[in-house]
Amino acid sequence: MSVWEYANPKRFMDTSARVLPWLAALAALCLITGLIWGFFFTPDDFRQGSTVRIIYLHVPAAMMAINAWVMMLVASLIWLIRRHHVSALAARAAAPVGLTFTLIALITGAFWGQPMWGTWWAWDPRLTSFLILFLFYLGYIALWSAIEDSDAAADLTSVLCMVGSVFALLSRYAVNFWNQGLHQGASLSLDKEENVADVFWVPLLVCIAGFVLLFVTLVLIRTRTEIRARRLQHLLLRERMQ
Amino acid sequence: MIALFLRDLRLAFRAGGGFGLALAFFLLVAVLVPLGVGPKAATLALIAPGILWVGAMLSCLLTLDRLFATDFEDGSLDLLATAPIPMEGVVLAKAAAHWVTTGLPLALLAPVLGILLQLPGPAFGWLTLSLLIGTPALSMIGAFGAALTVGIKRGGLLLSLLVLPLYVPTLIFGAEVVQRAGQGAPLQSPLLLLAGITAGALALLPFAAAMAIRVNLR
Repeated sequence: MSVWEYANPKRFMDTSARVLPWLAALAALCLITGLIWGFFFTPDDFRQGSTVRIIYLHVPAAMMAINAWVMMLVASLIWLIRRHHVSALAARAAAPVGLTFTLIALITGAFWGQPMWGTWWAWDPRLTSFLILFLFYLGYIALWSAIEDSDAAADLTSVLCMVGSVFALLSRYAVNFWNQGLHQGASLSLDKEENVADVFWVPLLVCIAGFVLLFVTLVLIRTRTEIRARRLQHLLLRERMQ
Repeated sequence: MIALFLRDLRLAFRAGGGFGLALAFFLLVAVLVPLGVGPKAATLALIAPGILWVGAMLSCLLTLDRLFATDFEDGSLDLLATAPIPMEGVVLAKAAAHWVTTGLPLALLAPVLGILLQLPGPAFGWLTLSLLIGTPALSMIGAFGAALTVGIKRGGLLLSLLVLPLYVPTLIFGAEVVQRAGQGAPLQSPLLLLAGITAGALALLPFAAAMAIRVNLR
């Protein structure tokens, strides 16, 4: 039993069909508990007041926005090395989800920044690198949809994803160099003494788990759709041949 | 490779090759920005490094879409693929030709536009130097983008969407060099980082671009 068995679309469809309802239910459970807990049953922060609650959307979305790109990178590498179609389709399926998470992080950040920093937007390194990440997602999705031949599209977007990852990292450190930030440092690191207080920390963990599950669920659904679309296309082609 | 490089140069310099188009565009940017932000010398001096770098970047973009596309359409790219030089060499030669016809003249023209934009005195030499160091990276990254979109009809817009985010680090370090030169601040670190990006792009991107072209020729 190895992961590579799921390179077979049939096996992938069967297993994902069985797993999907559970994953979706678990994601919904985590998100509902986490968000309700976070929004209604945590104390106000003594300086930030109730705006601190945006953390329950902002932080998980931002984490998943980056992790989605990493997942696309891994899937692209698998496609380039082992030519598994499911992998290429999963990368394609993850892109719009990652794009949406990036947008959620940016917008919730703006809502929080308006009362706290007194501005919707600042050219802070973290904010700027997220905007750049957003552009990378846009380019990646645009390239997928512009190329007709599906194998060529998978190849080219994989190359773009690899090169883009290098440049996204470079940009991340370049903007650090370019401007000092307003954005606070990480407050969830595992290796630090001072972290966010436990009252906020536990519901946040539940929310993060919910976003991870949500991401996996959405990617699975979208990958299944892509596989079905591919099958349909082949059926139509075969019909036209006869 | 040298023959290919010279052929691309000849094609670019002849009528309709697009040489001069980038320069004219760069000039227009430098003329239009003061019209937009007002003629105050202090304001212009403040934004001049950024405007000049962004202008150079956009001008580089103008001629990128024909870097491989014309050869792809008339079939010479297929011939080049079967030629004894590797595709990586083809990409490098074409990027070099692109740089000689856009990056190099842009770097030489930039100080003149610096006068128009009230660029502070000590920054002039560094502006040319930073453009000389940075524009090869712009041409190389652009060649990668052009290789990705070569098979797409009217891929020009998509090309800019793909390439401009990749230009971010180059732009940041390049404009930072000129900015610091204008203020008399130490500029060694951005200059070295800019050179590092160029060196890295020249070393690695030909492989990615060649792979993209091979996929497109399949």
